[in-house]
Amino acid sequence: MNITVIHERKQATEHIQFAGKSVFELLQKINVSSEAVIVVRNNDVLTENDLLNDNDEIQLLSVISGG
Amino acid sequence: MKMACHKCAEKAVIALQHGELCKNHFLSYFEEKVFTTITKHDLLNRKDTIGIAASGGKDSLTVLYLTKKFLKKNQFPSHFFALIIDEGIAGYREHTLKDLETFCKKQQIELKKVSFREAWGVTLDEAHPKINKDTKKKPCTICGVWRRSLLNRHAREAGATKLVTGHNLDDEAQAILMNMFKANVGLAASLGPKSGIEEREGFVPRVKPLYFCTEKETRLYAFLKGFTVNFAECPNAREGFRMAIRDFLNDFEGRYKGTKQGIVNSFLEILPLLKEKARQDTAHPQACERCGEPARQMVCQACALQEVLHAP
Repeated sequence: MNITVIHERKQATEHIQFAGKSVFELLQKINVSSEAVIVVRNNDVLTENDLLNDNDEIQLLSVISGG
Repeated sequence: MKMACHKCAEKAVIALQHGELCKNHFLSYFEEKVFTTITKHDLLNRKDTIGIAASGGKDSLTVLYLTKKFLKKNQFPSHFFALIIDEGIAGYREHTLKDLETFCKKQQIELKKVSFREAWGVTLDEAHPKINKDTKKKPCTICGVWRRSLLNRHAREAGATKLVTGHNLDDEAQAILMNMFKANVGLAASLGPKSGIEEREGFVPRVKPLYFCTEKETRLYAFLKGFTVNFAECPNAREGFRMAIRDFLNDFEGRYKGTKQGIVNSFLEILPLLKEKARQDTAHPQACERCGEPARQMVCQACALQEVLHAP
């Protein structure tokens, strides 16, 4: 499936072709720790076990901030 | 598969060590954890005047909101205010300051602002190339010392008997490991839900209501409450060692839930011993002969940096 990932911290958008199904698998594929981001789809927060759909747009809100 | 809250059938927003929680149960869990921390560790009392160190980031907005809520819930008559230090870091602080001003206005919280330029005559961006010109030290070595000094002075001058900070479980677990890896036992003694080794005249005790909340929980709370937190990271904060520790801890937490909590809980078991040792080992605090702030030497670190700044 095709997933669009918007990285808040990197301020970048990435288009990913993805053979997996879950948020956990997506984070593994793009090498992002689940502890470092909040995963949001259509303003709903997802957990690692939630399933993704083709053409989903996913926001990765950075947990890390400040100085 | 949709994960359900372990307390109800609603969709989960987070998986914790002891199960998944939906939005409403997570918000209740988070608030209860903060309020229990304040009560159990005696962080605030009815007679306190409270300064809240704020930056405009997720931690400070959350701790501002929940301190206000705690005081109201418990009918504390305490006066409280937010205090921000503008270090003068171009492209960073002006954004978080704006978020903080908007938040405080909406929440009707008094906001006091102090800047490095007012206090020291220069911004951090101007001071760093002069003070650290002969060393490889980062701006953070100046920023930390000057910020702490100004927070203490201005909180005290405004009558504060406690200074609330937004330090969270991740900050603490990182600091514990950094001090351990670098054998800084003396510095570790200053950690804990209440900072500092002992009560000192002129020193406003710093307390940490978010002490047992992870950074992820705090960000999630801020998001679910609709606080406007624009992503902002200090350009000077990309310190190699802390970032390596942070990544290491996040990796472990991802694989073994409860790792950060375990580190902090273990540390709290030995903290009284560390504080006792530090009390015996360190010099009795005195007043800096230049500015009068609490110091362990004749001249405090903040004034010593200012001397370097003005050295010919």
